[in-house]
Amino acid sequence: MLSPSTMRIVRESGAVSNSEFLLEVEGVRKEFPGVVALDDVQFRLRRGTVHALMGENGAGKSTLMKIIAGIYSPDRGSFKLRGQEIRLASPLDALENGIAMIHQELNLMAFMTVAENIWIRREPMTRFGFVDHGALRRNTAELFARLNIDLDPEVEVGSLSVANRQMVEIAKAVSYDSDVLIMDEPTSALTEREVEHLFRIIRTLKAEGKGIVYITHKMNELFEIADEVSVFRDGRYIGTHDSEDVTRDDIIRMMVGREITQMFPKETVPIGDVVLAVQGLSLDGVFHDVSFEVRAGEILGVAGLVGSGRSNVAETLFGVTPANSGSISIDGKSVTIGSPGTAMAHGMAFLTEDRKETGCFLKLDVLENIQMAVLNKGYVTSGFVTQGVLTKDCEELSSTLRIKTPDMQEPVLNLSGGNQQKVLIARWLLTKPRILILDEPTRGIDVGAKAEIHRLISKLAGEGVAVIMISSEMPEILGMSDRIMVIHEGRVTGLLNRDEADQVKIMELASQ
Amino acid sequence: MAVRETVETAGRAPAGTKRRLPPEVSILCVLVGLALIFEVLGWIFVGQSFLMNLERLRIIILQMSVIGIIAVGVTQVIITGGIDLSSGSVVGLSAMVAASFAQEADYTKAVYPALTGLPIIIPVMAGLLVGLAAGVTNGSLIAFTGIPPFIATLGMMVTARGLAKAYTRGQPIGVLQDAYAAVGSGLWPVVIFLTVAAIFFIALRYTRYGKFTYAIGANVQAARVSGINISRHLIKVYAIAGLLAGLAGVVTSARVVSGQPGMGVMYELDAIAATVIGGTSLTGGVGRITGTVIGVIILGVVTSGFTFLRIDAYYQEIVKGAIIIGAVIADQYRQRQRKKA
Repeated sequence: MLSPSTMRIVRESGAVSNSEFLLEVEGVRKEFPGVVALDDVQFRLRRGTVHALMGENGAGKSTLMKIIAGIYSPDRGSFKLRGQEIRLASPLDALENGIAMIHQELNLMAFMTVAENIWIRREPMTRFGFVDHGALRRNTAELFARLNIDLDPEVEVGSLSVANRQMVEIAKAVSYDSDVLIMDEPTSALTEREVEHLFRIIRTLKAEGKGIVYITHKMNELFEIADEVSVFRDGRYIGTHDSEDVTRDDIIRMMVGREITQMFPKETVPIGDVVLAVQGLSLDGVFHDVSFEVRAGEILGVAGLVGSGRSNVAETLFGVTPANSGSISIDGKSVTIGSPGTAMAHGMAFLTEDRKETGCFLKLDVLENIQMAVLNKGYVTSGFVTQGVLTKDCEELSSTLRIKTPDMQEPVLNLSGGNQQKVLIARWLLTKPRILILDEPTRGIDVGAKAEIHRLISKLAGEGVAVIMISSEMPEILGMSDRIMVIHEGRVTGLLNRDEADQVKIMELASQ
Repeated sequence: MAVRETVETAGRAPAGTKRRLPPEVSILCVLVGLALIFEVLGWIFVGQSFLMNLERLRIIILQMSVIGIIAVGVTQVIITGGIDLSSGSVVGLSAMVAASFAQEADYTKAVYPALTGLPIIIPVMAGLLVGLAAGVTNGSLIAFTGIPPFIATLGMMVTARGLAKAYTRGQPIGVLQDAYAAVGSGLWPVVIFLTVAAIFFIALRYTRYGKFTYAIGANVQAARVSGINISRHLIKVYAIAGLLAGLAGVVTSARVVSGQPGMGVMYELDAIAATVIGGTSLTGGVGRITGTVIGVIILGVVTSGFTFLRIDAYYQEIVKGAIIIGAVIADQYRQRQRKKA
C-alpha cells in the first residue's frame, strides 16, 4: 500500500498511471454507532466517463462519496486509486491525490473574490512573499477560458448567484488537477439553462480524461450526461449498468425494490370558488404587476427560472416581504398581509424553498418542529401548551405522512431530507390551511418520498385546499398542476391550462 | 410484503431504541466529582470534611443565589442565540435606586428626604422597574435596529454602570429600613432564586413563550416563517432578563443593607459562565434551567472549596476560567457528536 504522500509525490513527478480505472473500491463497509451505513459495497470509475450514483436518501451514496473524498475512513474494504492500493487519512490527502468533491452545500468564502477563493492556500507569490494578484487573475482567467466559464475573477463571491458559485466550486476542483471529481446533486439549485452549461463543462472535463462521479435524483439528467450508473439501496450495492442499456423504470425498480406505477398522481377533483385573488402585486425591483387567482381544489403550478422572482411572489403573499402595491383578497374580501402571522390567520401556509435555512429547526426534535407553527393558532390555554392533545395530533400526522423516525424526540437533524420535508409539511398541515403555498416541495428528496408527497398534495387539493406549487422540475409542474403560471424576470409571461401546457411552451415563456 | 419492509426501514435514523439521558446528568456528575475532590483534599490538607458542614453548604448557596437569579434570565437570552452583558451593571443601578427609596423614616441625609420610611413594596418595585426598563431597552435595540445583542448589551453595561454612579455622584446609600433588609436576610435569597428558577423552568418547558424562545435560537428564519413575531418575543426575553437582574439588585442591596454603585461588577460573566457550564449552547436553541442551576452551584462549590483549602483567590479565578473554557469545549464536542449522528 502506498502512503498518500508518496502517491502525491509520484503524481507530481509527472508519472502517468495507465490503469483503466481511476478508482476501484471493493468490499467496503462503514458502520456508525447503531447503523451499518455501507455493507460490502463496490464501485469503479473509468477514465473519461461520468458515473452516476443513484439511490433513495439514506441508501449510502453520500457515505461512499465521503469515503472516496477522505472524509470518512472505511472499516473494511480495499481502495485503489489509479491501480494503487491507498488509504486516505483526510480530505486534504484526497485533494492532493487528485480527488475533489463539490459539496451540496457550497463552501466558499463570500467576502473574498472568485480568484482568491479558487487559489486559497495556493496563492501565487511574488519574490517578496506577497500574494501576486496579477498572476492570481491570469491563472483564474486561463482556467475559466478552458472550462468556458464567463465570470470576472475579481468579483466577490457573495455577489454571485448560486449557479455561478457552483461554477467557481467546479473551477476550484479542476484547479487541483483532479482526475476524480465528485458532484453531489450539482443541479439541485440550477435552472435548465444553467444545467446545460454545467453539462457542457462536464463534457469538457470528460474529454480531458477525468472521471466524474455524479450523485443525482433526477432521472433525465442520468440519461443525458452519464455513461454508467450504479444503484444503491439501504447501504448495499445493487448493480452497475451502462446508461444506454437501462430504462427509467429499471432504475426506479433497482432503487426502491418496487414499481412506481404513477409518479405524479394529480387526481381530477371538483374545482370550487376563488379562494385567493391577487391583483397587480408588485415589490420594487423584484416583481411587477403579478395577478392571478386560485380556486379551492386547484393546484396552480408556478414555473420560471431560479431568480425569476417566483419565490419572491410567494414570500410576499405570505407577508415575509410585504408588497409595495397591489391587492390580495381572500374569499372575495380584501386583506392586508404584513407578516407571516397575519397570513396564517387568513388560513395560509408556506413551505419554503430552503429546508435548512428557513424550514427546519435542526437542533429541535420532530415534535417541536411539527408543532411550532400551530402554537399561534391553538393548543394553548392561558400561555400553557396543551401538550397531551398536541403530541397525540402530531403523532397521528406523523404516521399518516409516514415520517420515518425512531420517535418524536429524535432531533430533526438526524432525519433524511425526505423525512425532514415531511416534517415541515406536517407542521403546516397541523394549522389546517385553506391556501397552501409550496416552494420546491420535493427538491433533493428520493423518488419514493417524492411520490408520497405528490399523492398528499393531490389529496389536499381534493379536500378543497387551494394549492400554489412552485417547482423547477418540469415533470412535476406538468403532472401536478391544473393551471401553470410562468414568471420571467419578475413578470407573469403566461398562464396555461393543464391540457395546453407542455415543456416547450413553458420554457419559451420562462426564457423569452 | 418484503418490498414494503425495505421501504419502511430505508433512511431510518440510527439506533432507534436508545433512550437519551438528560444532558443534566453529565453536569451533575461534574458537580459531584468536584465536591468529592474537595472532600478528599479537605481530609488530607485541612483535616476536616468539606461536605459535612451545613454552615458551609448554606453559604455556598447563599453566595450564589444572586448570580443564580441573573443566570436564569441570561439562560433564556442565550437560548435565543443572544447574550446579555448588562446584567451586572443593572444589578448596580437597581440596587442604588431601590436603596434610595428604602431609607429609614426621618433620616435627614436621605437621597429623597421627603420619601423616607416608605412601605418596602415601593423600593422593591422601583428596583424591579429599573431592571425591566433596562431589559426592554436592550430588547428594543436588538429587535428594531438590528444591532447584535453583544453590542446592545455592552452599551447598556457601560451606561447602566454610569447611571448607578451618577445617581448619588458615587456615594453609597445607607441607613435602610430593617423591613427592607429582611428581603436579603436568612435564606430568603435562596428561596427567591429557587422560585425564579422553578417559574422559568416551567415557562421554558410548558408554555408557548418557552417554545418560541427555543425556536428563535434554533433558526430565526424558520421561526419567522412559522408566524412567530420575532421582535416582540425578543423584547419579552430581554425584558425578563432585565427584570431578574433588577430583582438581583434588590436582593443584593437588602442583603448588604446599602446601595453601592459598584455592586454587581462582573456578575454578568459569572452568570454567563454558570449558564454555559450548565449546558446551554452559545449558538442558541439548546439549554435548560436545571442545567444552569447546577452550573451556579458548581461555581459556588469551586469558590467555597478553594477558600476552604486556603488557596489564594488568584488561583480560584484561574481555575474558574479553565472550567468555563472546558464547558464550552464540551459544548462544541456535543454539537459535533450531534452532527455526526
